[in-house]
Amino acid sequence: MYAVRLWSIRHARLMERIYRLFEPTLVALGPVLARIGYARVEGPVVAVERRLKGLLFDCQMCGQCVLSSTGMSCPMNCPKNLRNGPCGGVRADGNCEVKPEMKCVWVAAWEGAQRMSAGMVIVDRQKPVDHSLKGTSSWLRVVREKTAPAKAAQPR
Amino acid sequence: MSVVGMHRSAGRLEAGLRAGHFVMTAETSPPDAGTAGPVLERAGCLKGLADAVNVTDSAGARPHMSALAASAILAQHGIEPVLQFTVRDRNRMALQSDLLGASALGVPNILCLHGDDVKKGDQPETKPVYDVDSRELMRTARRLRDEGSFPSGRVVDPRPGLFIGAADAPIDPKPGWKPDGLLAKIDSGADFVQTQFAFDLPLLRRYLAALADHGIPDRLFILVGIGPLASAKSARWMNEHLFGVHVPAPLIARLEGAQDQRAEGRRICVELLQELAEIKGVAGAHLMAPKQEQACAEAIAESGLLKRRRAA
Repeated sequence: MYAVRLWSIRHARLMERIYRLFEPTLVALGPVLARIGYARVEGPVVAVERRLKGLLFDCQMCGQCVLSSTGMSCPMNCPKNLRNGPCGGVRADGNCEVKPEMKCVWVAAWEGAQRMSAGMVIVDRQKPVDHSLKGTSSWLRVVREKTAPAKAAQPR
Repeated sequence: MSVVGMHRSAGRLEAGLRAGHFVMTAETSPPDAGTAGPVLERAGCLKGLADAVNVTDSAGARPHMSALAASAILAQHGIEPVLQFTVRDRNRMALQSDLLGASALGVPNILCLHGDDVKKGDQPETKPVYDVDSRELMRTARRLRDEGSFPSGRVVDPRPGLFIGAADAPIDPKPGWKPDGLLAKIDSGADFVQTQFAFDLPLLRRYLAALADHGIPDRLFILVGIGPLASAKSARWMNEHLFGVHVPAPLIARLEGAQDQRAEGRRICVELLQELAEIKGVAGAHLMAPKQEQACAEAIAESGLLKRRRAA
């Protein structure tokens, strides 16, 4: 929801703190998740992730979450899906060229990044979207990467 | 053949088909290169032999030189291309502009396809487009050609000349089977069809009989897919991995027993060409063999079918 999305960006610092507690917890659960089988937990985790991040960030489940690098403003809500800064069409009032009633995702991202303690990673270059990951859990992907870095992204 | 009508393209393929010749098309795959030379090195041997040469569109979902560019290069050098046109990599806007561009560059024939799945290719993270399907692409091409307008209604003048092709896979028809897929392709604008490999002639005859029951040979030109088999091993691989392909056991045994399997594969291809030329309802053959343009050229030459055409 748009209003909630803006609230989350206004509270980017809080979101950052919550995630900093959440991620290590999830990674600590890695061995348990691995034992149950990632394939088995994927469905339920996706359902939770979709609802929670959908509510807070209008998450589109790209499967490769970069919220921490974009001031808690989801770049997949940009009509052009830009993940490395705004296009040339930002309006004078900071709203979107394609959706004039919506604040530019990247204007919001910059504001969010200012509020975060590690927000300046916003200047890092993001790789092109891996479309084979769409609809998969970013959370589980992070856990897999952090517990077995060699095996990387999966599933395909 | 009664598929007589107004010419839709300036191509020799269409002219040959409408004149009732048994036409032979072959296939080439654009190179991984940034110059025109390698395109001609691969396909040049087919000049004067194949009536037209299909140019694959990043087959196997691995990018190669643009099929449109490679087709234009062939056209400039007197080799008529059949541009394979997939809806995998382009949205409707790109498809429409490329259809006009193809015609303007002297590409008279297009084969409308879905394209191999990006997940099977070497960059599975790619976003597949599929904005429209292959039938919609045929409709769009027909509209540009026959009505002289984009789907939006905007006028195109002069209109592109395009001979529109579809793909098909011969199956063993069960009693009462109806070729719904092919009929839908005809309704969408297909002028000709090129089939998957059909090495099993008895099966092919049953299939063609079923098509004839629905009047299909009177409504579009059917080019049957065959090719020079490289070896018994590759024939077995095709049976296992290629959708809708059945190389009969006796043919595989013949390859296996041969001293030179490659030469035997070409002989089989020549025999099949000669047999296909006699089958009613078959307008031509489409020869496929990855990176073996030379073998296809030799099979066409050895079939003697071009000499027969000149004599007639």
